[in-house]
Amino acid sequence: MITEIAPAAGPVVTEPARPGKKRRAWDEVPRWQIYLPLGIYLLFTLIPFYWILLFALRPAGSTSLVPWPVTFEHFHKVWTERSFATYFTNSVYVGVSTLVLTTVVALAGGYALARFDFRLKRGFMLALLCSQFVPGALLLVPLFQIFAKLQMINSLGSVVIAETVFQLPLSMILISGFIRNVPYSLEEAAWVDGCGRLTAFRIVVLPLLRPGLIAVGSFAFVHAWNHFLFALMFLSDQSKQTIPVGLNTLMSADSVDLGALAAGGIIAAVPVVIVFAFIQKWLITGFSAGAVKG
Amino acid sequence: MAQAAAVAKPPAPPPRRRASATPRRLPYLLIAPAALLMLGFIAYPVLSVFYYSLQNYNPTKPWRNGFAGFGNFTQAFAHDPQFWDTLTFSAKWVVVEVGLQLLCGLALALIVNQTFAGRALGRALVFSPWAVSGVLTSAIWVLLYNSQTGVTRYLADAGIGSYGTSWLSDPSTVFPAAVVADLWRGVPFFAILILADLQSVSKDLYEAAEVDGAGRAKQFWHITLPHLKDAIVLSTLLRAVWEFNNVDLLYTLTGGGPAGETTTLPLYVANTSVDAHDFGYASALTTVAFVILLFCSIVYLRISKFGGETK
Repeated sequence: MITEIAPAAGPVVTEPARPGKKRRAWDEVPRWQIYLPLGIYLLFTLIPFYWILLFALRPAGSTSLVPWPVTFEHFHKVWTERSFATYFTNSVYVGVSTLVLTTVVALAGGYALARFDFRLKRGFMLALLCSQFVPGALLLVPLFQIFAKLQMINSLGSVVIAETVFQLPLSMILISGFIRNVPYSLEEAAWVDGCGRLTAFRIVVLPLLRPGLIAVGSFAFVHAWNHFLFALMFLSDQSKQTIPVGLNTLMSADSVDLGALAAGGIIAAVPVVIVFAFIQKWLITGFSAGAVKG
Repeated sequence: MAQAAAVAKPPAPPPRRRASATPRRLPYLLIAPAALLMLGFIAYPVLSVFYYSLQNYNPTKPWRNGFAGFGNFTQAFAHDPQFWDTLTFSAKWVVVEVGLQLLCGLALALIVNQTFAGRALGRALVFSPWAVSGVLTSAIWVLLYNSQTGVTRYLADAGIGSYGTSWLSDPSTVFPAAVVADLWRGVPFFAILILADLQSVSKDLYEAAEVDGAGRAKQFWHITLPHLKDAIVLSTLLRAVWEFNNVDLLYTLTGGGPAGETTTLPLYVANTSVDAHDFGYASALTTVAFVILLFCSIVYLRISKFGGETK
């Protein structure tokens, strides 16, 4: 099982070593049957991206289909006048805090689920699964009341907690799956060598969990970065709002400033694109190692 | 991101015991933070929703507050056409979105699972909208659909359609327009999950099938699809729940309009509680939505015999 996870650290995911001479018939799909549908789908995927770049980079009022000459006026405007600088900082705070909190709490819980039998285990697992059906959007009112009681309305902490809580169940199930893939005997061997449970975990298990933790952590970050409703409801002060709320404000203006909206959208996308580029190779292995087996 | 793994540590273990002994309290200590968070911020709110669903509760009309029995529920089922409209629209939205996303995602996964030149780049590009948020998706499609400088303008330039067309404000086009926008973002989810599962199909099976003279269509039908079944059932279910609950996209793209044409049940609930402050009624609607979701999920898992055929 370890062998299934370990190679994930390397870039190669699925290239099977095939004896080059014989090509299997099932492998011989005519090229056009691949490239034609793929090309059509790529157009559908990429035109919207191009469109937002176009609007962000061409001068206001232009109708040219090529963003030339390039202008950065929209970015400047959105960053300074529309306070995206503040939103960006807030979003980074929410995203990173959610990532750390979710990963740490889910790692602890996931370890307990993977390694111990305890009386409440089945009930806890059931609660985790059931929580998947609880619609966060429908709990807005009670959550608002709770945070009001805790005096956390208008504090970024409320959003971090709300995002973490809804991210936890799935993260914990995934992580316990990853941990189960690491043979217990490895840990036991480390104890025999005199390590405590914590040291053994850190030295033996944690390195093997890297792809899984990266997948889970990035999910938490991207989710918190993208999510909109909690921030909209819990943060009324403009200086506390996050990027999705800022985008919504731009969109719901009476006359939408399309250039500013496009530039704001690109600012919203940049961190996600970076995370995505970084984790892509881990994503599929992360899933196939843990998710499907649960 | 890599640091996250290094930073992450389970909370302090109980006072030093012999590591090899199985400490009885350790698992409880380890799940305690998660359990407390979920009790406080999921279980308690859910219970309070159930409680308020039986109450008249409106902070702006305190003189009416009090026990309502099933009044809120009779109100919804018997006297509120908007409840039925939004419920019907939710069902339509979920079925159309999940169905189309699954079909496109499956097709895409099969394609990018082949070996071809430029596969890595192709995969990266195809999956790229996966992480785009609902709000950003709305922003992008507002740019595409706007009546002044959106695609319709350039289509009109080319002689197709007329100038000033806005698909999002016309009741006859708003549904397909919103579906396409959400499809754009939703397909990669299925494509990624199905691709991950495709990689665990044993190649021997295909080779054996080939020896037996089965064509590609037959191989797909008898090997690939049965193998994918559990992943498909699970991902469609998760996605359906998600599509039902998620309000980001429709809230920002159409705001539920025009004329309530694209208001889902959760969107209606949000409006009822946030704008009308009718928490009691909103809680009853939430309860109804919750029960419907649970019921549909159980029926779906039963019908699809989830996990039944695998060992």
